[in-house]
Amino acid sequence: MLAQFLQFLFSGVTVGATYALAALGFTLIYNASNVINFAQGEFIMLGGMLAVYFTQAGLPLPVALVLAILIPAIVGILVEKLAIEPVKGAETVTLIIITIGTSLVLRGLVQVWLGKGTHSLPAFSGDEPIQILGATLLPQSLWVLGVTALVVVALWYFFNRTLQGKAMLATSFNRVAAELVGINTSWVLFMSFAMSAALGALGGILVTPITLTSYDVGIMLGLKGFVAAVVGGLGNGLGAVLGGLLVGILEAMGAGYISSSYKDAIPFVLILLILFFMPRGLFGGKSTDRV
Amino acid sequence: MKKNAYFGLYIVMAILLVLPFVLPNSFYLDLAIRMAINAIIVLGLNLLIGFAGQISLGHAGFLGIGAYASAVLPTHFGWHPLLAMVAGAVVTGLLAGLVARPIFKLKGHYLAMATLGLGIIINIALRNEAAWTGGPDGMPVPAMGLFGFELTSDKYWYWVIALLLSVSVWASLNLIDSPFGRALRALHGSEVASQVVGVDVVRYKVAIFVLSAVFASLMGSVTAHYVGFVTPNLADFFHSIELVTMVVIGGMASVYGSLVGAVLLTALPQALATFEGWETVAFGAILMVCMIFMPKGLVPTLAAKFGKGD
Repeated sequence: MLAQFLQFLFSGVTVGATYALAALGFTLIYNASNVINFAQGEFIMLGGMLAVYFTQAGLPLPVALVLAILIPAIVGILVEKLAIEPVKGAETVTLIIITIGTSLVLRGLVQVWLGKGTHSLPAFSGDEPIQILGATLLPQSLWVLGVTALVVVALWYFFNRTLQGKAMLATSFNRVAAELVGINTSWVLFMSFAMSAALGALGGILVTPITLTSYDVGIMLGLKGFVAAVVGGLGNGLGAVLGGLLVGILEAMGAGYISSSYKDAIPFVLILLILFFMPRGLFGGKSTDRV
Repeated sequence: MKKNAYFGLYIVMAILLVLPFVLPNSFYLDLAIRMAINAIIVLGLNLLIGFAGQISLGHAGFLGIGAYASAVLPTHFGWHPLLAMVAGAVVTGLLAGLVARPIFKLKGHYLAMATLGLGIIINIALRNEAAWTGGPDGMPVPAMGLFGFELTSDKYWYWVIALLLSVSVWASLNLIDSPFGRALRALHGSEVASQVVGVDVVRYKVAIFVLSAVFASLMGSVTAHYVGFVTPNLADFFHSIELVTMVVIGGMASVYGSLVGAVLLTALPQALATFEGWETVAFGAILMVCMIFMPKGLVPTLAAKFGKGD
């Protein structure tokens, strides 16, 4: 009983960490620009696919991983410069369609370039499972959790202790006021896209040795990351991380105890229930609207 | 209502009347029918997006409910197709109302999230309940019959759907100029202001959402009978996106924009089929370019350029 529960918990937390990184990406961009970036999932896919491509091309793993994070970050910047900045202040529907168009372009390009096959990446430190109370934990899961925890701490430090981070935070609270005190808000937008893309790519790379990757994994991963961000109260960084873990754990529990064929439906049932009963998300604060 | 408000409708009807006689073969007739079906769905969706300012990312789910009601109920329970169609629409309407009521009390674009979730759940259910729905492979749909007359030939289908389209355009034009339509436009402009003058914002939003969902469900049934086969792809996320894109590219809050958007985006995959493998890239790029350079959509942008009202 306990062993089974632990097994579901481990796999849930591992996938949940990926959702958490994606949700952080949504949160960063939403805070900087009020845009819900539907291309976020494609950065997750890009990270995994590029890591596979570079390791198969013979590059050493660390180099391949750095490239697989840097390139999506550059793609994120390009997306911001070419597609988001020119339409500043457009209607939400317009922005949603633009990011959906972006995701189709990225997915299509990878499909043409690397094909429709499913790929895997060797685990970073072996496949020897660790036994804990009868359940097994893959060493790669520890990588996923460890790196995610590091990223969360680093982000916390960035937003609370550095001038750049505080400038980004200030912009998310009030753009006009931030501009008035001399914060370069286009730089903030630029940074948020680069960081979101890098975070997504990182999550995609870390989880690929466990869940495999292909050109079309970005759709579901991205949507679930979005669910996690809303569960945590859209715009709330800590909420996004907790939301990601919660979505991952519930999904694994639901797949294990209820029905594995409805696994993908679980995050979406969760989001409907949350919207009905706690519309600000689990961790979102109160807010008032100015008229 | 303006004097020449129906001018565009007459043009649409004239085109519909001439079309079957100038189309070279049945391939184009089929394309025209699918364009018209999409146009009717998009008219309904545009009332929601363009006039009420709300977005639905799960409309294909409602389409799926209608389509599968028309496939499952006559096949497994022996219902008459018309009764199945109505049942699908009723279920869709109830579901849409149930979801929309709590959502519309919230601010912002939570409807996008909720409809996205709902659409995906419907799609997953259609894929998994293989005993009823045939699973990912889909299932055949019995022919639509009325008074012993079966709709089988594309020619008959064309006239039925052309009639439905004309009625839908006429109804949309009237709805927009009715007190209901004025209330919708008011709440798109400013919710608070419209509340102040006595518009029940939540009720109107729910009503228009339910209406557009029922439109989609009915047309889902029509699609099912016309094609004679349904698959869960009809209800997937990508199809929902296609429908929203038709609205936005044609022009939000524009009746004729809906028609243009539906026609263009139904034809696009055919046109792109020549770029083997690059269809997705091309589709995405077209979406981006249109939205960056014409955020209001084709018809309103062109209308403004040539100084004509819509």
